[in-house]
Amino acid sequence: MIAVNKETFQAEVKDTGGLVLVDFWSESCESCKALMPDVEALAEKYATQVKFAKLDVAKARRLAIGEKVLGLPTIVLYKDGEKIDEVNKDDATAGNIEAMIQKNL
Amino acid sequence: MEKTYDVVIIGAGPAGLAAGIYSGRSLLKTLIIERSKTGGQAVVTNEIDNYPGAEGEETGPTLIAKMVKQAEHFGVERVADEVVDVDFEGDLKKVTCNKGEYQAKAVIIASGAFPRLMGCRGEAEFTAKGVSYCATCDAAFFEELEVYVVGGGDSAIQEALFIARFARKITIIQNLPELTAAKSMQKKAFDNPKFSFVYNSVVEEVKGESGLLDTIIIKNEQTGELTEFNADPEDGTFGLFVFIGLVPRTDVFEGKIAMDRGYIPTDENMRTNVPGVYAVGDCRIKPLRQVVTAAADGAIAAVHAEKYIEGGE
Ligand SMILES: Cc1cc2nc3c(=O)[nH]c(=O)nc-3n(C[C@H](O)[C@H](O)[C@H](O)COP(=O)(O)OP(=O)(O)OC[C@H]3O[C@@H](n4cnc5c(N)ncnc54)[C@H](O)[C@@H]3O)c2cc1C
Repeated sequence: MIAVNKETFQAEVKDTGGLVLVDFWSESCESCKALMPDVEALAEKYATQVKFAKLDVAKARRLAIGEKVLGLPTIVLYKDGEKIDEVNKDDATAGNIEAMIQKNL
Repeated sequence: MEKTYDVVIIGAGPAGLAAGIYSGRSLLKTLIIERSKTGGQAVVTNEIDNYPGAEGEETGPTLIAKMVKQAEHFGVERVADEVVDVDFEGDLKKVTCNKGEYQAKAVIIASGAFPRLMGCRGEAEFTAKGVSYCATCDAAFFEELEVYVVGGGDSAIQEALFIARFARKITIIQNLPELTAAKSMQKKAFDNPKFSFVYNSVVEEVKGESGLLDTIIIKNEQTGELTEFNADPEDGTFGLFVFIGLVPRTDVFEGKIAMDRGYIPTDENMRTNVPGVYAVGDCRIKPLRQVVTAAADGAIAAVHAEKYIEGGE
């Protein structure tokens, strides 16, 4: 899983073909940190099919809002640079994230 | 293969962690199971001013980090998993999770509570799109933006004061004719120039054109009058934080122990109606739901669980 920021988001996510999953998180979001190991495990499992990235919104607030993310945790799936699916808040569980990936493979 | 413990604690909020500290310190083989974030509700809040000893820089997350360290020091094991079923019939209680199964001589339920929803139109759709129940998670998104806070109790005013560090304007929407928060907290809000107050009103609907929240419609419950708030076009959006009480997280125990409207009745030793099963913290029937009482419940339950395991009660 790679860390992206407001400088690299365009190239690593929007201009990347295929499926890219972005974990929007921040240091002050305890749910995000509790979820991160599960997302990392999924990154291993789907390594050949999906690119995994995480974005610390504390340093990219406007970018996150531009992506219509206004609450954490939010996990967004992009395909060819377009947002196609997301899960957030209480729905952002390992099971739901995997189901979202499966559905869009 | 099931693993067997002396004590299995369900939930790692302050109640579960305190139970773990006492149980571990008594050299009982102890496991705490947590489905989501360690610390429970105590880590969704920054301010924890009223917990004895937690003055100055202490926040919910820093306080919880210390409790976790203390529990680990006493040899308590922790696992990230969700309890999905329990069997309290035999002498060894069974606790089934998504990823594993455990057995315990005693079980301490510390599953806490989660925020009550407004129940208005658009609420689910705009969660994480402007509607939030967690200030530490989301307040920073609203730097320089406007924020509405629903509720007038301790949590609502305390969290609103925290959000005011980021937001440029705070409007409290309270369903009663006055606030119910502690007077000292009310004073802080009244003295803060960013705050304004709307009384006797509830949120009827939340909407947004572009996928983000930009409209809140409230109803004055006395006059029936509807008022619409719109986001400043330059901002494009605003926040709506909801702190209007709690719902116990006890679904998995339905039919397994006695319950009353979702809350678990206990005696003063935290015993439920099933021997060897205890309930602590916000999930049980009690007069004050705070970190200090959650921790106290945990201590009491662990001490009685030890006696129970030793055959004393
Ligand atoms: C916004 C806000 C501000 C607050 N401010 C203060 C304050 O200033 N001072 C104060 O003293 N108190 C405050 N409180 C209240 C305090 O946080 C709670 O009283 C306290 O956290 C209750 O502790 P608990 O351990 O009983 O439950 P919780 O903190 O709710 O923890 C329960 C844990 O159990 C887990 N769980 C539930 N079901 C399962 C399952 N099936 N499997 C595995 N795990 C499970 C949950 O994920 C959760 O982490 C505040 C609460 C809120 C919401």
